[in-house]
Formats: sequence, C-alpha cells, structure tokens
Amino acid sequence: MATIDISGVSKIFTDKKRNADVTALSDINLSIARNEFVCLLGPSGCGKSTLLNMIAGFEQPSAGTVSVDGRPVTAPGADRGVVFQHANLMPWLPVWENVAFHLLLGGGQKAERRARAQIYIDMVGLTGFENHYPSELSGGMNQRVGIARALLMNPQVILMDEPFGALDEQTRMDMQTELVRIWQQHQGTIVFVTHGVDEALTLGTHVAVMSARPGRVVEIIPIDLPRPRDITSPQFNALKRHILALLRGERAEQERALA
Amino acid sequence: MTALAQLRKLDRAIVPVLVLAGWEAFSRSGALPAALLPAPSTVVWAWADWLVGTDGNTQTYSGHWLADMLASLSRVAAGFAIATLLGVALGVAIGWSRKIEIVIEPTLQMLRPIPPVSWIPLAIIWFGIANKPAIFLVFLGAFFPILLNTIHGVKTCDRNLIRAGAMVGGSERKLLRYIVVPAAMPSIFAGLRIGIGSAWMLTVTAEMVAVKSGLGYVLWDSYYFLRYDLVLAAMASIGLLGFCSDLAIRTAMARVLHWQRNTTLRGGE
Repeated sequence: MATIDISGVSKIFTDKKRNADVTALSDINLSIARNEFVCLLGPSGCGKSTLLNMIAGFEQPSAGTVSVDGRPVTAPGADRGVVFQHANLMPWLPVWENVAFHLLLGGGQKAERRARAQIYIDMVGLTGFENHYPSELSGGMNQRVGIARALLMNPQVILMDEPFGALDEQTRMDMQTELVRIWQQHQGTIVFVTHGVDEALTLGTHVAVMSARPGRVVEIIPIDLPRPRDITSPQFNALKRHILALLRGERAEQERALA
Repeated sequence: MTALAQLRKLDRAIVPVLVLAGWEAFSRSGALPAALLPAPSTVVWAWADWLVGTDGNTQTYSGHWLADMLASLSRVAAGFAIATLLGVALGVAIGWSRKIEIVIEPTLQMLRPIPPVSWIPLAIIWFGIANKPAIFLVFLGAFFPILLNTIHGVKTCDRNLIRAGAMVGGSERKLLRYIVVPAAMPSIFAGLRIGIGSAWMLTVTAEMVAVKSGLGYVLWDSYYFLRYDLVLAAMASIGLLGFCSDLAIRTAMARVLHWQRNTTLRGGE
C-alpha cells in the first residue's frame, strides 16, 4: 500500500496585485510506497517545493487530493517530519531543546526530553554540542539539528526541501552519506526535493523528474544502483545522461513554444 | 589589557568630574547669587540631611528620603506592571489575530496621540488626589510603547519558525507560547525600556500636580520654599532611580536574550 498518494493535484496561485494566475503544478499523479526514498528533481520554479509543502500540509491543492496513509492531508502534523531548506531552528533554544521541540510542545518532563534528544543528537553526530545555540553552529550542523528534530518525532514520512542546498560541496557529500545511513538504520519514507542530478541519483530509490511551469512529473525512474553509490560508474552516468536529456528536452520544447 | 580596562574606567569619569568641578567653581565665584545655583557640595549637604537627617537643614523632609523614594517607586512599579501585563497581552493578541486587530486597533490609535499629561484633569476627577491618578498616568505613559513594540515583535516573527512549530504538532496556543512570544522578546524589551522612561516622567509630573508625596512632590514643594539645593537633590534622586530601574530591565533582558549575544552587532545592550 502506498504511504503517500498524490492524485490529480494542481496548484494555481492567484497573484492579486498583477491580476494573473500562475499554474505552479498541473495534474500531478505520484504514488510513494513505504520505505521508499523519492527525490523530486526539477529546475527551479517547477513547483517541487510547492508539492512538498502540500504533503506537509502547509499548502492546499487547488484540485485533486494528497493523502498520507490513506488520510487526506489538511494540516501540518507530527506524522510528517519536515527538514527545511534553512534549518528554521528556534534561535533562543539550545541544540537539545530544538531537537526535543516536539516534546516541549507536548509538555514532556525535562529529564525525559533531554534523554530522548540525546539519542538523536548522537545519531546525527552532534554529540558534545547539546548546549550550543544555533547561532554558534555552522550551517551544516544546524541542518543536522533540523534532521534530528524531524527524526525524534519518529514520523512515517520525512519531507526534505533542498536541505543541503546552502552547504559547500564537501559538507554536502558528507551529509548525503550520513542521511543514507540514517535512512537505512531508521527506516521510513523520505521525499527529498533537489535540483541536483547527482544528489538525486546518489540518494534516491526513485527519482521523479519534473518539468518547469506548469510543473508536471515527466518520468519516475527507479534507481537500482548498489550503495554506496559510485558517481563515476558507467551505470550512474547512463542514468545521468538520460535525466539530463529529459531536462534539456523540456527546455527545448519550452523555447519552441515561446518562439 | 588591565591598563586598558583602567583607562576605560577613567574615561567614563572624565566628563562627570569636569562638569561637577566647573559647576562648583562657578557657584562659588559669586557670578550668580548662591541660592539660584547651589554648588554640588551644597546639594550633597541637603541631600545627606534629606537622606539620613544630619543637621535638619531640610526641616520636615529631614531623614525622609527613603519614604519619598518608596512612594514614587511604588507608583512607578504599580503603573508599569499593569502597563506591561496589558500591553504585552493585547500586543500579542493584536499582532497575532487580524480580527482582534481590526476590532481594537483603531480605538487605540486614536487614543495614542493624546499626551498622557493631558489626562491629569480627568484622572484627578476620577481618582481623587492620591496614588491612583499617578498610577493611572504612569500606566498611560508606559502602555503605548510596550503595546506597539509587542505588536511589531509578533508581526515580524519569522513565518518559517511557525511552520516548523506546526510541523512538530503544535496547537495555536502552544505556538504562541513557545514560538511567537519568545521571538517577540527583543521587541518587547525595547518597549519596556522606553516605557520605564515614560513611567518616571509621569510619576514626577503627577506628584507635582495631583499627589502630596513622593520625589516629584518634594521637588515642587522645595521650589515654593526657594530651596534649590533640595530641588537639585530631588532631580538627582529621580535620575538615579530612573537609571536603576532601566538597569534592572537591562539585566533581565541580558538573561532572557542571552541567545542573542553573538548574533547582533551589540546584542543585549
């Protein structure tokens, strides 16, 4: 059974100031099974973040339905952990309180919150930084705190919106390895938004390639490469070539339409 | 480093010492009648008697400073506490809910331009001559800066933090308590600091007009009796208390906002 079911979803933003409608997504159909790691790949402005926000419950589709575990999504909830593009940590709370923020809102005892937080702080490799404030940590470390915060809720689904976009190449590769390790160990469904072809191919069990405005899913490609993935292997490059052709083809078509 | 620290301490003292020395010299020079601008030493002498009753030169006020100070301080404390409670509560409500904003804000914006001191006649008719009109005026003076800064703080709360809170499953009430209010704290403290300044200003004004005790009353009464040394001692007392209450708020602020220390140019000052 599919964990996430997206059927016939469209999203139209009405721009009141300019009196124009923008179709961000058009007729999206996507089924994501339990424990899959799906990367939504597409150029900027293709609506991949909008799609993720609809699964998270931050936005509602203009048409169609998004459901998680058979229940239609109407609002954000702790069954879907979100890791944001910028970590979005509470700057007034130390690392461990941010990780256990879910328990703080639930009214948990301090000792219990501290103990639960520690498990996930260790998991993302931030042992020793429990009492630091977000402003005292690097971008990559803050992003790990964000991941730990999402993991602590033990959600069915983890939604990640270009979480490594702002990191340098080296840190990004380390974080990707770390994320795959956590996913394998922790199990769960991950939807990961990215515009990096290499990133999508390194991480996903599936890559959903999207086209630019209006956003549509062009192809869902299963990735059967062994892990850890070798980004220089011929199979990897063959897939990359295929995806680049898809993205490029999209652009050529758009240019033709404009001309 | 220690030499630099010592130099810094000296730096801070240069201007006050020069001002006091110049003033003392000018008063003693006889350019003005001594009664019109009493020398700092005369002021200190009067202040000492007012404070602990040294030689009775301040007559009925001799040894009365503590009582006068407490009278003013309690009015500031009462008015400021009510202003803080109402200002923060209403500010959070108005900043958070568009509905409440539409219903309440226009009325408050109409009342705000009226200077608090112009309420004195009504305050006296409503509350008589005692603590209440003074507390009412202090409340009016402190309320608006606290309210406006709280509204600003709530409205500028990062929407993404609210999203993060909703994601971990927070109800609206929890989001307010654990995200919106902490995020608004820097603005709320800015409002409190402006508010405490207005609070002292209005206590003194009220005591000159509508109350028969406190530092402001001593100041005005001494003016009638041509005791300018005591006037200056009262002014200095008010300044000192204003400084101390601001220091108290700054200390609380440094504790609450300690997370800001390394994120702003000179955060927590």
